[in-house]
Parts: sequence; structure tokens; C-alpha cells
Amino acid sequence: MTVGPAPAAAPEIHFDRASKTFPATGEDSGAFRAVDDITLDIRQGELVALLGKTGCGKSTLFNMIAGLGEPTTGTVRVKGRDPFREFDWFCGKLAIVFQSDRLLPWRTALRNVELGLEMRNMPARERHAIAQRWLERLGLAGHERDYPHKLSGGMRQRVSIARAFATDASILLCDEPFSALDEITAKRLREEFATLVREGGKTAVFITHSISEALDIGGRIVVLRRPAQIALDIKLPAQASRAERDEIRQRIEAILAE
Amino acid sequence: MTDPARPPHRARALFRLIEALLPFAVLAALWQLASLGLPRYLVPSLVDVFWRTLTIFQDWSQFQNVLATVGRIMAGLIGAFLVGSLLAVLMAQARAADRFLSPILNFFQGIPALSWVVFAIIWFKGIEPRIFFIMIVTALPAFTFQVLGALRAMSKDLVEMVMSFRPTRRRMLSAMILPSILPEILTAWKVNLGNASRVVVVAELVGATGGVGYELLQQQQIFDMAGALAWTLQLVFFVLIAQKLIEMIEASAFRYRAQSERTL
Repeated sequence: MTVGPAPAAAPEIHFDRASKTFPATGEDSGAFRAVDDITLDIRQGELVALLGKTGCGKSTLFNMIAGLGEPTTGTVRVKGRDPFREFDWFCGKLAIVFQSDRLLPWRTALRNVELGLEMRNMPARERHAIAQRWLERLGLAGHERDYPHKLSGGMRQRVSIARAFATDASILLCDEPFSALDEITAKRLREEFATLVREGGKTAVFITHSISEALDIGGRIVVLRRPAQIALDIKLPAQASRAERDEIRQRIEAILAE
Repeated sequence: MTDPARPPHRARALFRLIEALLPFAVLAALWQLASLGLPRYLVPSLVDVFWRTLTIFQDWSQFQNVLATVGRIMAGLIGAFLVGSLLAVLMAQARAADRFLSPILNFFQGIPALSWVVFAIIWFKGIEPRIFFIMIVTALPAFTFQVLGALRAMSKDLVEMVMSFRPTRRRMLSAMILPSILPEILTAWKVNLGNASRVVVVAELVGATGGVGYELLQQQQIFDMAGALAWTLQLVFFVLIAQKLIEMIEASAFRYRAQSERTL
């Protein structure tokens, strides 16, 4: 088990003293500080679980990486660029798996997987082939022409994973993608997801509020306390023993109980 | 394998046909019954109405009047839809535009169609510009508010998901916005089609020298109820055909929707 900073190389995702404060919305409520002075580097090929309780600022961090929000102070860089101001530059370079499947109901499974490729103006024949391949890889062969309402929750989430992987983006962002599924389906999908990320050499940020999920995903675990501040940054060895996992679990539980 | 509990396809089709025709058959039977006991100039026989209707179909000079009215309805609705969609996009994008345009459109909605007819006769010289103007101003607020409502009702989650792929404006429109608002647009067309067919007759009654409204005025002057009904039926047929076409588009475009076995 190793604890401490990652080895020095150009970070794929870089937070430099980033903070995010949301202005007051009502007469009684004051400004809300969601992220507080975070400095964090995520290197190419790392699989990082961002773990924290509900409302600790995980989604705010996520949105800043995705370019859907910008820090109030400090900087966020993804591949050395500002994801908010250079939003369009990240077309095809960054893909997201959301908490719910967010499939377009008017598109078949195949056409949903093609969505990201369409945005890159890929010719129809080429994107059909890629989408077909990813559906097969995720065990959905034979369901290409099914509309989302015909698929189970697990199958729909597989389609959304296929949609993200089909773009061949080097960075994957996942916002609690399996939290709405039953534990057995979620565990199987987590394993498949982690395998695909490692095989593809992707950089992945996986947001979760579940300690078990963070330990299942493996790689690096960053524990956040409210407002988003790093409380623990730890690397989980690929072949961690049960005792090691239990020790990490206890440390995380202690932090989250504060 | 077929389900023995389900009736065969042909029987189901026949049942649907009977179901569709039954209300009209009852209505026609009641009218025909009334025509037996009331004066012909008040409630003419449906046989007379049928022959008059057929004559309009067969006589090109008469049928041209039907086509003229249909053309006016479609031109007005297309114009109102295009302008209304543009206004709706503007209002959805800018709160200031919404605050400025909403009261004006609400004000327009309060003006009766007949008042617009009077204004049009005063403001415009030609018959066609008058009718086009009336059709546009009467359908514009409804189209604008319906498209605006559809734009605002788009799923934020789905918009965000599509945005995460960094689409161009054109791609965003084709992949997300149009399929998302299409159900509301088709409903708006169905509603406005019925409204427009009523408004166009009023407009033609007052200012036109041709069209179904003009012909209705002629029938009124000679006290010909069978003729009035025959001309009215022309518009009803058009609305029914247009509604059916829209329903066919809906059936094809919305086949992705889940069907519940239990209806409301």
C-alpha cells in the first residue's frame, strides 16, 4: 500500500488552489462555498474514485472538470487547457457517464451509442460499426434496435457506458453511474467498467458516496470532506489483501464520520 | 405463436373501423330523422346534402374555392408557425425578450378574430394580404407559447448530456431540440388547424370574393341550408384529413414511446 503524492509527470487533470462559491439565492441564505482551495493532480491512465458524503462538493468538482462550471478562484486545467473557456476543444477528448443513463428516448440503443460520434461528424457507416462493436462488448448484441423503454435499468446503463467508450475519449468522468442499480448488477458493471478503463489506458474520475464502490473500483481514492477539501489521498494496490482493504475502509469511515 | 385470447388482426381492424364510424352514423341518423319532420329549408335531407357535396367535388370552378381556402389556412399557419418559432427561441434564450414579448402576445390573444378582420379591411387593400394577416395574428400567440413551452420543458438532464459531447448548434438542433419538441409542435398544429379553419371562414365572409366563407355567404343569401352544409363539410373534410395526416406522422415519429396496458 502506498500513501502520498503520485509520481511526477504532466498531470492530465490539474486543480490549483481551486475554490467555488455559489452566490446567495434567497434573502436568508448566505453565499455557499462548495469547493475550498483544492489542489489535486490526476495523471494520465489513473483511475481515481472521488469519495465523499452527499453535499461535499463532489459534483461541483466534477462539473469543473467537465467544463460545465468554472472555479471562483484558482485554476482547473484538463490536458493543459481550461475546460470551461475552451469547452469545444474537448469534443471527443472527454466523455461522461451520468448517474442516470440519460438515453435519448427517441433513439434506439445503437443510435444512442452513436451520439458522441455523430457530434464528431463521423460518417454513418463507420459510427454504426463502432457502436455495434461496443454494444456487443457490453453484452447487448441483439438489442441494437431496442428503444430505451424496452431495456432494463442495467441494460440502459450499459448503453450509456458504451456511448461514453465509443467516443474513444481519453478522459472519462463518471458521476455515481451505478447508484440506482441493484447491488449484483452494479458490482458486475463496476468490474466491467474498471477493466475497460484499464485496457483502454483511460484517465477516469469516478464519483461515489459508497466506500465499497470506491474500494471495488480500485486505483486511487480521494476522500473529500465538506466543503470539498481533500481529507485523504490514497492508492489502493491492485492485489490489496482483505486486511489492507479493511484498514483503508476504517480510515475512510473515520473521516466521513467527522 | 398467436395468442388465442386476442382476436385476429382482420377482426380488430373491422372493430376499429366500426368504432370510428359509429359517432358519425348516429349523428347522420338523428339529422335524417329530424329532416323527415321539419321543413326542408331548415333541416334538408342528407341525400340532398350528399349530392351538393359531390357537385362541389366534381365541378372544378366550385372546388377551386375549397382549394383557395385550404391554401389560405396553410399559408397562414405556416407563416404563424415560422414567426412564432423564431419568437419562442428568442424568448427562451433571453429573459428580457420574454418579458417584452409575452405581454404583447397576451394582449393579441384577447383581441377577437372579428376585430382583426375589421382592422385588416381598414389597413390592407388586397383580399389575400388581408386574409394572410388575419391568419397570422390569430395563430401567432398560440404557436409562440406552445413552442416556448416545449423548449422550456426539454429535459435539463438530456440537454446537459448532449452538451457534454460538445455539439455544434446544428447538431444540437437535430439530435436534441427538434425530436424533443416535436410532440408539442404536432399538438400545436392539430389545435391551430381547427382554430384556423374557423377564423378563415370569418375572414372570407367579410372580405373575400372566393373561398368557402364567400360561398357560405351566398348560400345564406338564397336561404339554401343544403348548400351551406355542403360547403361546411368541405372544410370539415379538410380538417379531418389534415388531422389524420398529423396522427400518421405522430404514429411513425413516436413509435419509441412505451405503451401501458392500463390506460388513463
